[in-house]
Amino acid sequence: MSDEYENKSGYQAQSSEALTGSAGSAPDMDYVRPAELPEQDLYHGHTFLTKWVFCQDAKVIGVQYFLTAVFTGIVGLILSWLMRLQLGFPGLAGFITAEHYYQFVTMHGMIMVVYFLTALFLGGFGNYLIPLMVGARDMVFPYVNMLSFWMFFVAVAILMASFFVPGGPTGAGWTLYPPQTILEGTPGSGMGILLMLISLALFVIGFTMGGLNYMITVLQARTRGMTLMRMPLTVWGIFTATVLAMLAFPALLVSAIMMTLDKVIGTSFFMPTILKAGEVLEYGGGSPILFQHLFWFFGHPEVYIVALPAFGIVSDLISVHARKNIFGYRMMVWAIVGIGALSFFVWAHHMYVSGMNPWFGFFFATTTLIIAVPTAMKVYNWILTLWRGNIRINTVMLWCLGFIVTFVNGGITGIFLGNVSVDVPLSDTYFVVAHFHMVMGIAPVMVIMGAVYHWFPLITGRLLNETLGKWHFWATFLGAYSIYFPMHYLGFIGVPRRYYEMYDSPYMTSAVGMNEFISLAAFLVGAAQFILIFNIIKTLKTGKPAPKNPWKANSLEWHTSTQPPEHGNFGERLPVVHRWPYDFSVPGAKDDFIPQTTPPSEVVHTKVEKT
Amino acid sequence: MHAGIIFFLVILGSILFHIFTPWYWTDIASNWKGMDDTITLTFWVGGGVFVAVCLFMIYCVFKYSYKEDRKAEYKPEDKKLEKILTVATTLGVAALLAPGLIIWNQYVNVPKNSIEIDVMAWQWGWQYRLPGNDGKLGTTKVVNINDDNPFGINLDDPYGRDDVMVQSDIINLENNRPVKILLRSVDVLHNWYVPQFRAKMDAVPGVVTYYWFEPNKVGEYEVLCAEYCGVGHYAMRGGVEVQDPNSYQEWLGEQETFSDLLAKQNKEIETKKVAKNNSNIEKVIYKEEK
Repeated sequence: MSDEYENKSGYQAQSSEALTGSAGSAPDMDYVRPAELPEQDLYHGHTFLTKWVFCQDAKVIGVQYFLTAVFTGIVGLILSWLMRLQLGFPGLAGFITAEHYYQFVTMHGMIMVVYFLTALFLGGFGNYLIPLMVGARDMVFPYVNMLSFWMFFVAVAILMASFFVPGGPTGAGWTLYPPQTILEGTPGSGMGILLMLISLALFVIGFTMGGLNYMITVLQARTRGMTLMRMPLTVWGIFTATVLAMLAFPALLVSAIMMTLDKVIGTSFFMPTILKAGEVLEYGGGSPILFQHLFWFFGHPEVYIVALPAFGIVSDLISVHARKNIFGYRMMVWAIVGIGALSFFVWAHHMYVSGMNPWFGFFFATTTLIIAVPTAMKVYNWILTLWRGNIRINTVMLWCLGFIVTFVNGGITGIFLGNVSVDVPLSDTYFVVAHFHMVMGIAPVMVIMGAVYHWFPLITGRLLNETLGKWHFWATFLGAYSIYFPMHYLGFIGVPRRYYEMYDSPYMTSAVGMNEFISLAAFLVGAAQFILIFNIIKTLKTGKPAPKNPWKANSLEWHTSTQPPEHGNFGERLPVVHRWPYDFSVPGAKDDFIPQTTPPSEVVHTKVEKT
Repeated sequence: MHAGIIFFLVILGSILFHIFTPWYWTDIASNWKGMDDTITLTFWVGGGVFVAVCLFMIYCVFKYSYKEDRKAEYKPEDKKLEKILTVATTLGVAALLAPGLIIWNQYVNVPKNSIEIDVMAWQWGWQYRLPGNDGKLGTTKVVNINDDNPFGINLDDPYGRDDVMVQSDIINLENNRPVKILLRSVDVLHNWYVPQFRAKMDAVPGVVTYYWFEPNKVGEYEVLCAEYCGVGHYAMRGGVEVQDPNSYQEWLGEQETFSDLLAKQNKEIETKKVAKNNSNIEKVIYKEEK
């Protein structure tokens, strides 16, 4: 879809600078409104510190976010190994006590959801891609953006420090449900939980600084011709997720603050009268369920804060590598926005058996199942994009296909759990564990991996090795699928989650073999990630240089003055956009792609649909 | 090509796993068969969609793999197709939601003839209380709980006196009689869960929560705590024995009531003149003596 062909008689032909290549043809055809604001001044660092450490270039900040998030992800991965060691082979590693096990569970969950996935998608991909994709020189507030990363860095440092304090990190479960979170009887209920709450608060503050940048850059700093409905879906996904985060994270912040007060000065926001070891504690009147409402008011949108960028990115990857426009672009945009809005009305589906008023169940089951409709539309549109395409089965596409399989699988099991009375037997069992790992663990990771292989040449100028990439994919996909697909059946048996040991209940002992198998698969999947690390090191040393725009993509990040792009992204002049980023295989065009910057006058004889 | 074959084998393997799995539901022992049926329905519809989507994807991989001389179709939108898919999905989702809500309606409406059981949870154990001859449970308070009043019954509540106290982690239930489980906790969240009964609900300190079921199979079952409650969570087990009415009545007759307990303590006080620290009960007993 591109600019209209008709001459717009109302406008003057002011766009001559966009027409230097084809000044002879009809000037009005390529008309783009002039810029409304002057360009921003960029601060160029000169010292090592200002260039690489306290850097204000969104691309460097993006890489900093990415690497820090990956570091936390590796910690989370090692914790998952330790958990699976205990679950598959109880007692084999004698040092894993019940306390340790619950600490591993908690830290694994919190790290993976907040510090790995959220930071990686929004802080990592958001920072790197938003300015490039909307045609801006940088984020609108580069200095605040730099502060955002360092706030995140401090939050991660505090989180990691909690491993080394007396009592160790908190073992309250990643949901941090009071009262147990701050009572003895839960590991790390002293220093551990305090550091966790402080770290979360800093994360939210840091994230708010970054989030303001992402939102305002998308709204205010798009280049000429880049209308909202011409933005790549990646930007739509990250933008909507950021709006969600801005609205959802405050709920986490206030619950962290209130819980800190309950812990430190003995208020009773979430603490009712409690009898502990024969003593009545000095709490009373607080509501544990209030915390759950606050937590999930943050926690459910959080799922979509991770999912929406993944939806956006995977749409772009599929479209580029299937050499076909994304099917139903407008539907895709409205589905992202609609899912984002609906995600604020479904939180209590995490609480069907929490003891809240059971009549809530009717409302939240209905809203939850409504959200399945736009989500299903997205899935249809991905596979309809493949249909009649010209699909490159390369590493990037394999990750996308793996995403579709795991996401649909996890989405379907979501319909089980969202449907209130079906949730009753399944909640708090391994079915839930399998569901959310499939849908918001494996599926987004598939997209991250695809994105890494896709944008690696842009960021480093070199192409990752395809053979290693395929090995990496198949080991990860087959391994992860054989972890989580059978795990649903543990939930059917009724095996509860967060059990350090299963003991000898007759129906649980039947699952011993399966637990061993799952653990072995988990070790394999974790180990397979080192193929990627090896591939990256090898490529940086000896990899072949990538040609410019190696995937023949249309979006602006591949049409920068240099590759990798320099500070300021686009050289002398900002690009001018004439079309959406999905003009692939347009009938009548010379190549099978038409970049967003190509004016209509250069492709006069193509049958491009108008926008 | 290989990719398509492997993906196909993954889908085929999933179907075969589902058909031949030895890991599936425990035999149901309560009235909540409707939950199982809704799961089965969701499995057919959802599983069907999963297989269909994946097979279509695999078909595309086979049919439309990259060829230098082929050009992909250029068709940004297809309003009609999108509309059909939206409507079909909405109908499918509604068909799954309806039975779910109907059963939930049964779940939240407790039958009138059900017997109430007070399930009290703490870190880490269970005990139970049944109404006595008056058919009503006495009210309780956490601050009342001590060695002499293990359930924290309000002493001025006349309904509490004849309550049957089961100070054990095993409770007996009468077969084919609905029970309303009243859950309370004195410290943190817990959840009284028997996989064979399918039902569950959290026990929340500060409030009384409930759910109900009707056991319909005589036997012994294991109770599991299903809400994380600290380091002893995995060991917080209990038991249920479902009995036919005669054996149940026999068992019930052997249990101690609250007034039995008070009388016993009274005797102890008279004979031993032991001064107790916690004076709540004593004061009342003293008044009664007057």
